[in-house]
Order: sequence, then C-alpha cells, then structure tokens
Amino acid sequence: MANTYVKIASVTAGAGGVTSFDFTNIPSTYSDLVLKLSARSSSTAVDVRIVFNANTSNYSRRNIMGNGSAASSSSFADAWIGQIGDSNNTASTFASTEVYIPNYAGSTNKSYAVDQVQETNGTTAYMNLLAGLWSNTAAITSIKIEGRDTTITMVQHSTATLYGISRT
Amino acid sequence: MTTKIIVDCSTGVVEEVELTEEELAQREADRIAFEAAEAAREAEAAEKAARRAEILERLGLTEDEAKLILG
Repeated sequence: MANTYVKIASVTAGAGGVTSFDFTNIPSTYSDLVLKLSARSSSTAVDVRIVFNANTSNYSRRNIMGNGSAASSSSFADAWIGQIGDSNNTASTFASTEVYIPNYAGSTNKSYAVDQVQETNGTTAYMNLLAGLWSNTAAITSIKIEGRDTTITMVQHSTATLYGISRT
Repeated sequence: MTTKIIVDCSTGVVEEVELTEEELAQREADRIAFEAAEAAREAEAAEKAARRAEILERLGLTEDEAKLILG
C-alpha cells in the first residue's frame, strides 16, 4: 500500500461492549479520511449510522444491497451506513465496513462512500455499497459511529480505526 | 451500564464513559422518531402496492405482463 495512509487513532471495545465510537478533534491536515470498522452487535439490532460534528441532520444516501438471495436499491434521508454483525451470525464473526470521506476539511458539502459486508457461515449475509451526502459545509472535526434507530451494543473486540490520507 | 468510547485524535487519549441522561433520552427520541418514519414508509408502500394491484386487476393484466409493457 502506498505510504499515504496515516493511522490517526484506533479503538477497541472492552468487556461489556460499547454503544458508540467517537473520534474527536480530528486534525485538518489530511486530504481525506478513511474509517475502518470491524463490529458485531450483541443483539439483532444491527443498523449503524455515522454522525459528523455531533450533527444528526441533513444526511441523504443511495445504496445497493444484496443478501445472498435478493438485491435491491434504495434512497433515504438518513445517516445509515450499513449493518454490523448480527448476534445470529456465526459466533465470533464481525462485519467489515469502510467509510471513505474525501475533502473532509473543505468548505463544500461532504460526500462519503461506504462498502460493508457481514461475515457468517450461513445462507444470508448482508452487503452494501452506499453513496452518502452530509449537506453541511463545515469541516469535519468529529465522527461518531453508533446505532441508527436504537441504542445498540457493539461487543467486545469490535474495533474502529481512523486513517488520514496524506497530501504528500 | 451503557458506555461509549471517545478518542481525542489530537492527544490520542481514549476514554470509556457512561452515556449521560440527555444522551439516553436523545437515543430514545431517535428510536421513536425512526419507528414512526418506518411505519409511515411501510404504510405508503402498502397503499401503493394495493392501488397497483387494483389497477392491474381492472385491466386484466398480470404483474409480469405489466412489466413487459412498461419495460
């Protein structure tokens, strides 16, 4: 991999799990951000969202979804970024999610791209490709990953890592 | 205990803290709002499907035939 990925921070849930990962005071010195999430829910509530600068308004997205037997596409006004591992998935497996946020410190509306797959030894595993938009021109200084529609618990060993894409 | 992990990217300091009463209340409000929006969306989709079925029946067409014509 090119020497352009700089790890800004990485956090892992301890015993008992956590409801969110919050990255604060993100430096503005990179061109783009990449967030990698490896997570599993303690329940069947699996929908997660991204929140920039503690602002939950003015998000929209288009996405395509497949689950092994059906495919669909949709368009909604929310900050949903996919589904983490379900408690019904094979034990100790975690869904993988990547969020790419170009020009996060610029003064235009913020777009982001997501790819996400669940991991399980079964007939149904959800995967998503998503194009998101946060209609806000503020520079992104904080990112939170949390349950979309209810408080979820991401189990022990769930990990979120934030990278900066170097300008040089 | 409901906790969240906060990492300060400027210092690297990581904290695991309990959600405040305000945060818990906000999450509950979000959940209720989401469920209401989902219910409205599902009701609209069901109504649309019912109207479509009614029209197809009136025209004497199957779903596949309608798709063929519109495709």
